[in-house]
Amino acid sequence: MRAAVYCTPGTTGEARGDRAFATRPAPSYGAVTMIASAPSSAPAPPALYCRGLVRRYADVVAVDGLDLEVPAGECFGLLGPNGAGKTTTIEILEGLNVPDAGEVRVLGERWGQGRDRALRQRLGIQLQETKLTDKLSVAETVTLFRSFYDRGPTPADVIRRVQLEEKANAWVVKLSGGQRQRLAVACALVNDPDLLFLDEPTTGLDPQSRRQLWELIEDYKRLGRTVLLTTHYMDEAERLCDRVAIVDHGKVIALGSPAELIASLGAEHVVEFRVERAPDLAAIARLPGITQARVEGAGYALIVREPHVAIPALLGELAKQSCPLAALTTHHATLEDVFVHLTGRTLRDV
Amino acid sequence: MSDRFGGPLWQLTRSRMVGFLREPEAVFWTFAFPILMALALGIAFRTQRAPTWSVGVEEGPHAAATFEALAASPDLRAVRLSPAEADAALRRGRILVLVRPGDSAPRLVYDPTRPETQLAAKLAEDALERAAGREDRLRPLRDTHVRTGSRYVDFLIPGLIGLNLLGTGMWGVGFPIATARQQKLLKRMIATPMRRSDYLWSLMLARAVWLVLEVAAVLGFGMLAFGIQVRGSWLAFALICAVGAYAFSALGLLVVSRARTVEAVSGLMNFVMMPMWLLSGSFFSADRFPDAMQPLVRALPLTLVNDALRAIANEGAGLAGVAWPLAALALWGVVSFGVAVWAFRWE
Repeated sequence: MRAAVYCTPGTTGEARGDRAFATRPAPSYGAVTMIASAPSSAPAPPALYCRGLVRRYADVVAVDGLDLEVPAGECFGLLGPNGAGKTTTIEILEGLNVPDAGEVRVLGERWGQGRDRALRQRLGIQLQETKLTDKLSVAETVTLFRSFYDRGPTPADVIRRVQLEEKANAWVVKLSGGQRQRLAVACALVNDPDLLFLDEPTTGLDPQSRRQLWELIEDYKRLGRTVLLTTHYMDEAERLCDRVAIVDHGKVIALGSPAELIASLGAEHVVEFRVERAPDLAAIARLPGITQARVEGAGYALIVREPHVAIPALLGELAKQSCPLAALTTHHATLEDVFVHLTGRTLRDV
Repeated sequence: MSDRFGGPLWQLTRSRMVGFLREPEAVFWTFAFPILMALALGIAFRTQRAPTWSVGVEEGPHAAATFEALAASPDLRAVRLSPAEADAALRRGRILVLVRPGDSAPRLVYDPTRPETQLAAKLAEDALERAAGREDRLRPLRDTHVRTGSRYVDFLIPGLIGLNLLGTGMWGVGFPIATARQQKLLKRMIATPMRRSDYLWSLMLARAVWLVLEVAAVLGFGMLAFGIQVRGSWLAFALICAVGAYAFSALGLLVVSRARTVEAVSGLMNFVMMPMWLLSGSFFSADRFPDAMQPLVRALPLTLVNDALRAIANEGAGLAGVAWPLAALALWGVVSFGVAVWAFRWE
């Protein structure tokens, strides 16, 4: 399956605000083609563009014909389980990995055309799992990175932006996981980049540190800059991303705004239940208000339009089948449910 | 440059130097270790006062006269021993020679395979002959002033400087790169517009600063504690140190150019350094190796550094005297650096 997306990016600040609606047709799966009809007199190149990206390693195909197009000013998420090819994709876009096939344009430029260093002046990059020098201080680390760029805020400004003022003179080795991650983002912001790459920025962090980083990214989004982030946290993608590509086995299997992707389930609620013995699932799926029924883990999950109709019907049906209920929960459908719907696997399984 | 905080090269070099200073172990190994080694070896092999040799006289007839004759020699220390004690003393090395006085001639008992016992026997023989009335005719004059430059410590200090240049040169460049590569810091660096050459140069420059300090520390210590002198050209001495350090750093860069982990680098470093530790004559002269091995031994960069430093310090060589080793070291450096940069793995 391949998702090809053609969007015409807005060129003005005004257009930027509206694009969320103008360029977001309902998503479909399989061969996805979206043609937006937003007016554009002088089309600016998309911030990121790639077509037919392929990257093979010795025994696996990490990226398998991936297409993306991210207009300037958008926060775009690559969402998928570990090993889906997210990091390989983002590193190809960052010019740190060379694809076996496919075309890449970053801010309208190609890698390896002799203009890489000029292009890097405009990019902010945070890699997954970089360990900065232990015995340099926060201020020294930021100043070192700042020295590579022609322009940008002062190191003190950047440190303030990531709220590490109190730790400015502390060695990296003394920082907590969340503080280190904010320092890594600070190093990506020293040049006030037009395009920011974040590879799993909050993986392994505690909830408070995650929220601090989210606020940091939201501040940056407000400046109208472009962000590409990878994550396997659905809540992160739902909160931060204007649009999301769900990636699995090196391909885009779904594309759209989080709300659209959730809406694509055809229902907004999920009911999960467990019973003492196996019920007749087909009969349950036919009940009113239920869009889909499936086995999930040790129990069952239903995608449900109207819980107030579906749940009484479910209880009645289970009583009829003599299946005593052991547990029942409901929640609003999330991107996680979209992923399960598309792949039959949960993100945590993979 | 004012808005770039001194520029990337300065910032990279500064980071390297600050990072190094904050690793107490690294500082110790670079500065204190060679000084402690020089001190220990200098003491162990210090030039001693002229030794005296212990000679035993077995009790019996004529023992008193024999003892008198031996005790008259300033080089000998004579002791009288019972026959039972005498054997044991000889066996344990408490005495080097046992003299058994006899009616006609005394008998000297000693081990002929050891130089010091042979020497003690000769001295004892001398003393006994003189006591018996031998006339010395020639009586040569003696000048027993010990010349600096010929002592073991004079040989040792240049060797320690060479060894230190090898160790810190290779590790000082290899270790930070290996660590940065393993921690993906190298990848992060090349994700910036930083010039890759700036990164490699910064490592070399930081090395050069420590080089001056560590050579000064070892040499200064040798001068103060052991009266070491540099008799030849200081410029030549400095050049050999600088070009030698460059060659070793480049070799370090070559070793680390493709290795992915610190462990792999460790093994490779030892593989490259060990032959030089053994063959390059830091602690004893490389001349001891068989002739067939000499071309190899002479071509090793550490041998070039050691021999050149000794020629300058102890034999008073000038720049012209070390032109060949200087050129050979430069070749080592340029070739290693070139191959290293060509093969370097940035990710």
